[in-house]
Amino acid sequence: MKTDELIDLLARGPVAADPRAAGRTWGMAAALGAVCATVLVLLALGLRPDLAQAAHAPMFWGKAGFVAALALLALPLGRRLGRPGARAGLLAWAPALPVLALWALAFAALGSAAPQERAALVLGTTWAVCPVAIVVLSLPGFVLAMRAMARMAPTRLRAAGAVAGLLSGAIGATAYSLHCPEMAAPFLAVWYVGGVLAVAALGALLGPRVLRW
Amino acid sequence: MNRPDAADPTQREARLRAWLVAAQAGDARAYHRFLEALGALLRGFFRRRLARMPDEVEDLVQEALLAVHNQRHTYDAAQPLTPWVHAIARYKLVDMLRRHGRQALVTDPLDDEVEWLADPQPQAQEARRDLGRLLATLPDKQRLPIVHVKLEGLSVAETAQRTGLSESAVKIGVHRGLKALAARIRGSADEDR
Repeated sequence: MKTDELIDLLARGPVAADPRAAGRTWGMAAALGAVCATVLVLLALGLRPDLAQAAHAPMFWGKAGFVAALALLALPLGRRLGRPGARAGLLAWAPALPVLALWALAFAALGSAAPQERAALVLGTTWAVCPVAIVVLSLPGFVLAMRAMARMAPTRLRAAGAVAGLLSGAIGATAYSLHCPEMAAPFLAVWYVGGVLAVAALGALLGPRVLRW
Repeated sequence: MNRPDAADPTQREARLRAWLVAAQAGDARAYHRFLEALGALLRGFFRRRLARMPDEVEDLVQEALLAVHNQRHTYDAAQPLTPWVHAIARYKLVDMLRRHGRQALVTDPLDDEVEWLADPQPQAQEARRDLGRLLATLPDKQRLPIVHVKLEGLSVAETAQRTGLSESAVKIGVHRGLKALAARIRGSADEDR
């Protein structure tokens, strides 16, 4: 086929394309991922029994707010990475801010705690479950986010995969916070961040394979 | 192409952009002009970069045009066009070189966005890869919509009647078929050499 014939072919018939569709699909992936993760929490884990009291504690909202902020920062970042030639700029570093803030809180908490209490602050009572639960809860959103990213046109496949993982991991962690009894910043700084980063790493690993176009 | 005002890259960018925005809204004639002008620019861009692999240029022009078509919904009219096209061309060039394991053969730095609009090459060479043959390997529910709508110029409704597919299945068939074609190009390039 000659190039002129290819151009004729491509330009024939309906050629309209909605430039907002891909961004909508990406947003829908986040919303559906949040619904799936919340339903999974309700069915498989249950809300934490003391949710009514916990809702009065600032740290409960701090925890949910931290992971929700990560998801909200990953949303526009993913849209940029999905558009060829769009620069991520400062937005690329934005997800680091809540993490650094949490780590600062965690170091402050560890510094003011007695040495023999520090291990308990980091490990809590559920450290073995937490990151695994976050990864599992993230998986439906992860599949949706990777598919939505594949419908855009990322040129940095590893970064795009990582951000799809970051988005779904943060959503899974937000849902998990409805179940999770832990309230100590050092626990969150290690296990929540670890769970979310594991999903982001999975995305970075798969990105170059599944996001090619 | 040869009007005096067309030589100015800024104006060229503005015109290309207006055509693409019209195309996104459904204007097929504007889209044809866009693809023609873009093909010439891509040819100039790839020729400069592939001075030592001249036989690959036309295949890559076709591959990049197909990529621009398949991803045309990712262009945001609020953004300049040049970085968008440049990023796609660069992505396809790097992808092709990686497939061949020959990244070192790029003769020019890749990141110069400015000059790429300056040197259109309207004269097509012979493509080595035959897209028509690759098209024939697609499954019927993709191949038939492409043949009727995109090659013969039938309407979506006529194609639906002729093939027994629903109208939305025809549209999806065209869309997925052209994406599958791009995937076949990547696959066949792996096998060819």
